[in-house]
Amino acid sequence: MKKIRFKQHSVMPGFGLTMGYTLFYLSLIVLIPLSALVFKTATLTWARFWEVTTSERVMASYRLTFGTALLGAVVNAFFGFIVAWCLVRYRFPGRRIMDALVDLPFALPTAVSGIALTAIYAPNGWVGEHLEKWNASGLRGSLEAWYAPVAGWVRGDNTGWSSYATGLVPPDLEIKAAYSQLGIIIAMTFIGLPFVVRTLQPAIQELEAELEDAAASLGADRWQTFRRVIMPVLFPALLTGFGLSFARAVGEYGSIVFISGNMPMKTEVTPLLIVAKLEEYDYAGATAIAVVMLVASFVILFAINLIQWWTGAHKRA
Amino acid sequence: MLSRLTHTVARTLLGVSTLFVAGVTTLAPAQPVHADTELLNVSYDPTRELYQEFNKAFVAHWKASGGESVVVRQSHGGSGKQARAVIDGLEADVVTLALAADIDAIAKNARLLPDDWQSRLPDNSSPYTSTIVFVVRKGNPKGVKDWNDLVKPGISIITPNPKTSGGARWNYLAAWGYALRNNGNDEGKAREFVAALFKNVPVLDSGARGSTTTFAQRGLGDVLLSWENEAHLIQKEFGADKFDIVIPSVSILAEPPVAIVDKVVDKRGTRKIAEGYLKFLYSEQGQEIAARNFYRPRLASVATKYVGNFPSIPLFTIDEVFGGWKKAQATHFAEKGVFDQIYQPKSK
Repeated sequence: MKKIRFKQHSVMPGFGLTMGYTLFYLSLIVLIPLSALVFKTATLTWARFWEVTTSERVMASYRLTFGTALLGAVVNAFFGFIVAWCLVRYRFPGRRIMDALVDLPFALPTAVSGIALTAIYAPNGWVGEHLEKWNASGLRGSLEAWYAPVAGWVRGDNTGWSSYATGLVPPDLEIKAAYSQLGIIIAMTFIGLPFVVRTLQPAIQELEAELEDAAASLGADRWQTFRRVIMPVLFPALLTGFGLSFARAVGEYGSIVFISGNMPMKTEVTPLLIVAKLEEYDYAGATAIAVVMLVASFVILFAINLIQWWTGAHKRA
Repeated sequence: MLSRLTHTVARTLLGVSTLFVAGVTTLAPAQPVHADTELLNVSYDPTRELYQEFNKAFVAHWKASGGESVVVRQSHGGSGKQARAVIDGLEADVVTLALAADIDAIAKNARLLPDDWQSRLPDNSSPYTSTIVFVVRKGNPKGVKDWNDLVKPGISIITPNPKTSGGARWNYLAAWGYALRNNGNDEGKAREFVAALFKNVPVLDSGARGSTTTFAQRGLGDVLLSWENEAHLIQKEFGADKFDIVIPSVSILAEPPVAIVDKVVDKRGTRKIAEGYLKFLYSEQGQEIAARNFYRPRLASVATKYVGNFPSIPLFTIDEVFGGWKKAQATHFAEKGVFDQIYQPKSK
């Protein structure tokens, strides 16, 4: 492998200028505010920092926040892929309008999204009232009789990180969209969708349809073409979209507070705990939790970038 | 390769930065307003209607008594959030918040006014009071009459989160006070009672208005614990045919305090107007406006006039039962306080 030099020779002038500007801009917009966060946290002793950031309630919120954000990003990666594919590959009336719709979650104030989603999924909302019908139905009752031992077995009395299973496997088959973990996932999926679609679209656009024809003419079936020809090209973009959608969901506050119900230990996301700390005028405690989120998010995003880089290098090798 | 990596890192950082929006926006100071005759009143959520009416009356009153023409601006939001905005530099001439603890925080964290601010005006610096009542669905189908009905199984209660809402802290303390009173001051029993009550709470909104929406518009819950004035506002807003107000046997005397922010008024030269503004709250006219907006007036003459609006309930004060806000805050709502313990999972 070629050794990476700091400045690679380029015919494009202006490396020094743009690099300087990039550093300055990143410092001003990102690094300085973030370092303020770290300095504020530094007023805490290590013991206190540890105590604040690992208390049971905060730990439960990390599991909830990162877990639901992950699920939301997975859902987005799957369905966002389909949406992006459809929007790029096919021509149909109303395509431009649909394309514009994708950006709406971006543009809406998050509180508005939250209120709108809650109105729909609350027990008296359009979708929520049908879920209530299911909850009251006899079918649910008879299914539950069969399901209960399975749920009991999966849930067990898990502790620690594996106790996330207790969140994923509900004790009964009651489906509540608003004021539940499902509601959080719905909100996170909503706000994260544009990230996946918008990062995938250019990649799909660049993908030459001739490649697929060539694969087909060489005897590949559709699944092989998808897996061996299309996916390797789109994977880095998909991963970026996934990562951005995930990061956005982890930090989401505005819409989540409306739909989650905010029950401690159950549906309380980490950003809400940060706000609760501020409400107690515990600035240092609030920033301490924020720093943990920052580091965790950065590590995860960096890992995603590494995978991306690795798959890229792997492909070229 | 490297530039591509930096590029992706930059993009990722952009993604990560959204993470802090929630935390950082609250720290950003708002634009200060500079004009000789402008007065900024930083208040909490449910007082919006009260101060709209009061400000109009004050402007006329100030002019009539020979003062300059004044423009009163008002700002509303969650009480704690508003206090933080003032701490972070919002130039409020007067603050009219939901609880003394929030003004204490301004005194303590930003030293904008002296620690003894609450003794500077009559009645604990609270020109009007309020209390906590129940809002139920029309006809009271679950037959909720008093606090002890709230801990019965199958009753669903809507209240905001005491960690993030001033109003919710009053709700919590009112329930606690009731339980103490009916169990011979047994703290353990009171704690069990409040824990049982919060078991019946399906949703903890972050503020009082959020809870009102959850109860009135989303149709969740049988009982809403609410400020008395907010309860009347709900009836006005959604129609008296939808909700009833239930007055419990005993409740808490909520004293929303007001104060001049000394450092700001001295800097802006608005002390005289600010003092006049707060004094006017105690005047007969000011008290009438408060009463019309369902805040309990202090002035006996106005109280008698509006006696029909305010059913008499035995009210206990926070000083009597909890030894003041500072103590109540530390015992119940601080980290690892009683409220947190209620929600701690049972020991494994």
